[in-house]
Formats: sequence, C-alpha cells, structure tokens
Amino acid sequence: MIALLKRDLSLALRSGGGAVTALLFYLAVVVAMPFAIGPNTQLLATIGGATLWIGALLAGLLGLERLFQGDYEDGTLDQMMLMGGPLPAQVFAKCVAHWLVTGLPLTLSVPVFGLFLGMEGVAIQASMATLLVGTPAISFIGAVGAAVTVSLQRGGLLLSVLVLPLCIPVLIFGVGAVRAAVTDPDPFLPPFLLVISLSLFFAVIGPFGAALALRQGND
Amino acid sequence: MTVETIKRPSGLTALANPTRFLALVRVLLPIFTAIALVLLAVGLWMGFSVPDDYQQGRTVRIMFIHVPSVWMAMGAYMTMVSGALGVLVWRHPLADVAARAAAPIGAAFTFLGLATGSIWGRPMWGTWWVWDARLTSFLVLLIIYLGLIALWNSIEEPAKSSRMAAIAILIGALNIPIIRFSVEWFTTLHQGPSVVRAGGPSMAPEFLHPLLIMGLAFLFIFLALHLMAMRNEIMRRQIRTLQRKAAQSNRTGASRAEIAQ
Repeated sequence: MIALLKRDLSLALRSGGGAVTALLFYLAVVVAMPFAIGPNTQLLATIGGATLWIGALLAGLLGLERLFQGDYEDGTLDQMMLMGGPLPAQVFAKCVAHWLVTGLPLTLSVPVFGLFLGMEGVAIQASMATLLVGTPAISFIGAVGAAVTVSLQRGGLLLSVLVLPLCIPVLIFGVGAVRAAVTDPDPFLPPFLLVISLSLFFAVIGPFGAALALRQGND
Repeated sequence: MTVETIKRPSGLTALANPTRFLALVRVLLPIFTAIALVLLAVGLWMGFSVPDDYQQGRTVRIMFIHVPSVWMAMGAYMTMVSGALGVLVWRHPLADVAARAAAPIGAAFTFLGLATGSIWGRPMWGTWWVWDARLTSFLVLLIIYLGLIALWNSIEEPAKSSRMAAIAILIGALNIPIIRFSVEWFTTLHQGPSVVRAGGPSMAPEFLHPLLIMGLAFLFIFLALHLMAMRNEIMRRQIRTLQRKAAQSNRTGASRAEIAQ
C-alpha cells in the first residue's frame, strides 16, 4: 500500500503528471471568476467560498479520469489484482495519492486565492478547513466513477456526469459551513461535521465500490 | 425444496428463458394496459370533479399528476436497483434488461414530476423553480438517470456495460433516501409528506381517494411500459444475435453484413 502510494505520488509529481496542472487549472478558474462577475470586491468576497469550492470540485474531477486509466492501459491494474492483497486497500491508497496531489495543494493554496478574491480572514480559514476535510470525499466518490469508466476511450465527460451529482451534498455543506463562519447567527460546526461525516462515509463506500467495479470490468 | 427448484425451475428462475418471459408478457401486457386505462379514466374523472381547495383553488388538481409521477420516478429507480442486484448477485439474464428498460421510463416520470411541480409552483409559490432540498435532489435524480443511460450506451460490450451500470445504479441509489427525507431534514419551501407518514394521511379523503387511484393507474402504466420496453430490448438482442449468426455462417456475406451494421 505504502509502495503504491509512493509510486503514484512520484508519477504525479514528475512532469506531465497532472499535479501541477490541477493547481494551474484551479488558478484559472478562480481568476476567470472576477472576469465573469465583474471586479466588485464586496460581491467577490461574498461568493469567495463558493468559488473556491467549485474550483476545487472541477480541478478534482479533472485528474480523476487518469486515476486508473494509466494502470489499466499498461497492465499494472491486472498485476494489482493478481497480487492477492485486498483490492479496496489498494484503491484506497490510490485515492489518498490522488488527494495528496490535488485536494491538499488546493487547500494549501486557499490563502493566496482567498486574498485574490478579497475574502476575510475568518472566511479563508473556514474555506481551508472545509476543503481539507471535504476534498477527500471527491477523490473517494470519483474513484467509483473512474473505475466504472476505466475501459472507455473518452470516459472523462461521462465520469463527471456520474460523479458530480453525488458531490453535490459535499458542496452544499462545505459552502454552507464557509457562509456560516462569516454570517453571525449560523453555527459553523454542524455543516462542518456533516462534511467530515460525508468524507468518512465515502472513504468506506468508495474504495469497495471501485474495487468491485474494477474486478467486474476485468475480463 | 432446493431439489425441486433444480428439477423444475420456478418463479424468477423460470423467467430466465426469454421465450417463456415473452409468453408471459403476451398474457400480462393487455391486462396491465386495460387496468391502467380504466384506473386512469376513473382517476382523472374523480380528480376533475373534486371541489376546489380552499387555499389552492383549482390548481390542487395538478397534484393528481405530480405526486403519482414522482412516486413512479422513484419506483422506477428502485426497479433499477433490484435489477442491479440481480445482475451482480444472481447474474439473472433478465435483470440487466429490466434495469435498462426502466431507465428511460424513470427519466420521463422524473421530468414529468419536475415539470408539473414547476407549473404548480408558479401560481402557488410565485416561482417556477427554487433551490429547495427536495427540488434539487430530484433534479439530481434526473441527472443520474441520464448519466446511467449515457453509461449504458458508451460501453459496447453488453455483459460489461450491464455490470458497470449496476454498480453505478447502486451508488446512485444513495440519492433516493435523500429525496424521501429531504423535506423532513431541511425545512424549506416544499411541503412535508402528507400521504405516507406516521399517523396516517393528513389529507382530506375527497382528495386522497383520487390521488391513490391515480397512483395505482401510474403504477400500471409503468408496469405496462416497462414490460413493453423489456420485450423490445429482448427482441433487439435477439436480432443482434441473429445478425451475428448470419454473418458467421455466410462467410462471403460477412463483410457485407458488417457494412450493413
């Protein structure tokens, strides 16, 4: 598991690996937002949390297509299944690697992007906290979608269509928590805890579902 | 008992034979269609003869289309879930056919539910659409339906596409309880349940009875459409098999058949 994690990380961090691309894509989305809405600082600050979340969601989906595809093409996936260890654990390792190269850098870059959007300090902290606990859910849900569409040539679009609806609850509560942190009467903790519970829930469901799909698709 | 079932397949196992299933469809389809038409006629007549609601006026009658559509939209998804389990657990040959046939019908009922709800919402809530929890989760159901249809169509190998779609169906089923309980977990614009709830229906009987009849009518409409769609899917597969056989047996004509496909 650890070896797989290391291998996936080093693959992603080399040139053409996609980790840097995801971050650049995130930057592009966040930068495009003020152009679409207009440079109204107050408005941008209000929707800042939502912008950061949408960007993270899209950037996370972008890399998912390749989660199993490279391994499927060069036969590594068959080796993984033959190895005998629990396949869900291996899928889990791959999801963690995916999160480490997409979700985590995006979370860490939030202070910079938050300043771009003119957000308050509290909102930036809240965004970082929710993204930290929310983005793993995207990786884990996405693993199922990636496993189902692994043998398709152009599965990326279909993958997004399948995965996005399931990400909506995470998005709702993530953005809700950010908003609650800024506006006074709403409590921050309940939506934040819901995001955590969603991530944990999908951390269980996702690897098993993806492993099932990989086994079923292997023939 | 197990010995008997091995000797003579009964129940669902017997229906694994498509010819036997098609024979059953031939018997059941006219019955279901007739029941659906009679119930629909009675339900519509009763629905149109109810008195105006003291708050909603005449628009309350939209309910008799809206609520049964929504029931059937979720019922169709549950049909797909059982089909998906049939594919993954029992490898029943008709399970995939059942799941696949239910998808477009379910999508149509979902659309009908959203459209009638929107028409109802305009005079009652003053808006066509709000991002209410119930409405949003139902829109998500429509997206899931369409995504599944796209998934089926994009994997060419039939056995593989059925298993992949089955997994996606089971994951998508997470949305069904969200829809069911969205009006209880989040207090938003859409009203809470008034028919299926603890303590009995809270609706006046003169509205409840036509609603239940319409619900039954929609159930039989769904069953009839579903049987028709399953029959079509089986025939489509038989045609494909026949085409392959023809192409194989007639080697000189093989290339021509491929071009024709």
